[in-house]
Amino acid sequence: MALLEVQGVGKTFGALRALDGVDVSVRANTFHGLIGPNGSGKSTLLKAIAGAHLADDGTITFDGSDITKMRAADRARRGLSLKFQITAVLPELSVYDNLLLSIQADEPVWALVRSRSRGEAHDRVMDALERFRLADRADDLAGELSHGLQQWLEIAMALMRRPKLLLLDEPTGGMSPEERRATGELLMPIKADCALVIVEHDLDFIKDICDHLTVLDQGRVLDDGTVAEIEASPKVQEVYTTRV
Amino acid sequence: MADIAQSGPKIARRPTRVIPIVEAVLLALLIAMPLLVSDFLTVIITRMIILAMLAISFDLCWGYSGIMTFGQALYFGMAGYVVALLANKTGFVQFWGVIPIGMATGLLAALFIGWFLLLGKRTPEIIFVALGTLTASYAAERMVAGWQWVGAGNGMSVFDFLKIGDYELEPGIVFYYIAAAILVLVYLASRYLVRSQFGLVLAGMRQNEERLAFFGYKVQVFKALVFCFAGMIAGLSGALYAYHEGFIGPGSMGIVLSTYAVLYGLFGGAGTLLGPIIGVIAIESISFTLSDLDAVKSFWPVVLGVILLVVVAYKPTGLLGFVLSQRERIGTFGIGTARRDANPRKSDDGAA
Ligand SMILES: Nc1ncnc2c1ncn2[C@@H]1O[C@H](COP(=O)(O)OP(=O)(O)OP(=O)(O)O)[C@@H](O)[C@H]1O
Ligand SMILES: [Mg+2]
Repeated sequence: MALLEVQGVGKTFGALRALDGVDVSVRANTFHGLIGPNGSGKSTLLKAIAGAHLADDGTITFDGSDITKMRAADRARRGLSLKFQITAVLPELSVYDNLLLSIQADEPVWALVRSRSRGEAHDRVMDALERFRLADRADDLAGELSHGLQQWLEIAMALMRRPKLLLLDEPTGGMSPEERRATGELLMPIKADCALVIVEHDLDFIKDICDHLTVLDQGRVLDDGTVAEIEASPKVQEVYTTRV
Repeated sequence: MADIAQSGPKIARRPTRVIPIVEAVLLALLIAMPLLVSDFLTVIITRMIILAMLAISFDLCWGYSGIMTFGQALYFGMAGYVVALLANKTGFVQFWGVIPIGMATGLLAALFIGWFLLLGKRTPEIIFVALGTLTASYAAERMVAGWQWVGAGNGMSVFDFLKIGDYELEPGIVFYYIAAAILVLVYLASRYLVRSQFGLVLAGMRQNEERLAFFGYKVQVFKALVFCFAGMIAGLSGALYAYHEGFIGPGSMGIVLSTYAVLYGLFGGAGTLLGPIIGVIAIESISFTLSDLDAVKSFWPVVLGVILLVVVAYKPTGLLGFVLSQRERIGTFGIGTARRDANPRKSDDGAA
């Protein structure tokens, strides 16, 4: 059974049907790309999966349990991690503390009061800083980082939670081609540990790293398949040539 | 601000830390004061010390957890009433019992109020919490003002002194030092909390509450815990107050004192723990002076109000904001970078 199973999910904003009967299935340890024109519902779908808002209809099953109505915090505790489209690092905390905050989220409250894991978490924070090329910025405020580095910090924060599924909404937005390539390199090794659902406009980037693609258009799944299948799909061709 | 070292770009960028200096100055004043001033002023300053705990309890809620509590006096007054009733109806005045009872009263009252206001299904709006706490405080004030058994509008005198064994604790220099020691303990306990990994969660919560939920934090639980801890400190403060003043009345429970707690915090500088203490000293000294000054005797609260308004409008970070950087106010929570390599596993309260 797939790690994440989205079935018939719909979401309405006023008169707008942002998602309309969406089915997506993500297997463990795969990279799953979510593409589609602006406003097609990609972010709305990720938010419904992560619990930023609730789906109006349909079901979302994650790792064997129904999470459709679950609170965001509980989903996170089950192994879902989200990086929003708009970067949301904590700007007035240091880069180091942003990572620490993410690592210690599973600790019981009393352990946090007594700062019991501060020493233990330290090594993991330092590893993440090295891996995401942030080591020399550890003491800077997260808000002082460039946009690209903030994205990396957020990805690092999401990964620190050792999620089973990582949801990334446009992680390379505002990055230079050079930074994009580096982002791909940073992401590849995580396939061993978790699955990834990634929203991107840069098709070359997404083709490089993804195993499987789902194309959304106006709140519906237009097509779904391997990268090769999607590249050959006439339906997708049409949307991408006439409207993007 | 002067750089303290040139040994590397990291350290050179770090400015002098202000908090330890302010702490040292306040501690020195706290110790020396009774030796420098009259007995009369010692009693006045003891009252400030007691109110400083109330102010810290407000700061824990607002400055650290974003809970706008307009009802901190409720826990203060309720604890005051409980220990006064114990003294008057049963004759129990032992310090070792009275203090925990005051704390427990504040804690339970805050647990009760916090349950309704903070632990609902949805994250409550600031204004909802502000009005809720304000209403609770007002309702409690009206209730005791109409309740004969607790002295109604006249309040209750506490005729006995607080006792440690057989020693009677009159307001004066000994009471002063005991209150001062308790304030130091309250400050240290609060500082321990806000600089712990728990405090890191609070700091994150203040910046982006929604984001923390996506890490898996149940932010309401953190808020409710701080609220209860703050209620406990307010209760401790109220119990001391009832004995120190020898009196507790509806006013000690109501919205005027609750508002003062807010003013102490905002005027001195919220989110610093030290700011509220400075706020109490400043506001109480100004009103003490003004109310004694013939020229402004009749309208001193207006003058005080204007001073508060000017400072808070001109400097939203309060008096302490004049010397304290935003960076230092928020602090860091990991193992300090300087100490990292030297001794990674040993971290006492390693925050800045
Ligand atoms: N909170 C909201 N309230 C009202 N409408 C919304 C809300 N969020 C999204 N929408 C609308 O829903 C539709 C889908 O939005 P969504 O953000 O999911 O698109 P997207 O595929 O992520 O687009 P983009 O590529 O621009 O990020 C859009 O028309 C958008 O305006
Ligand atoms: Mg989007």
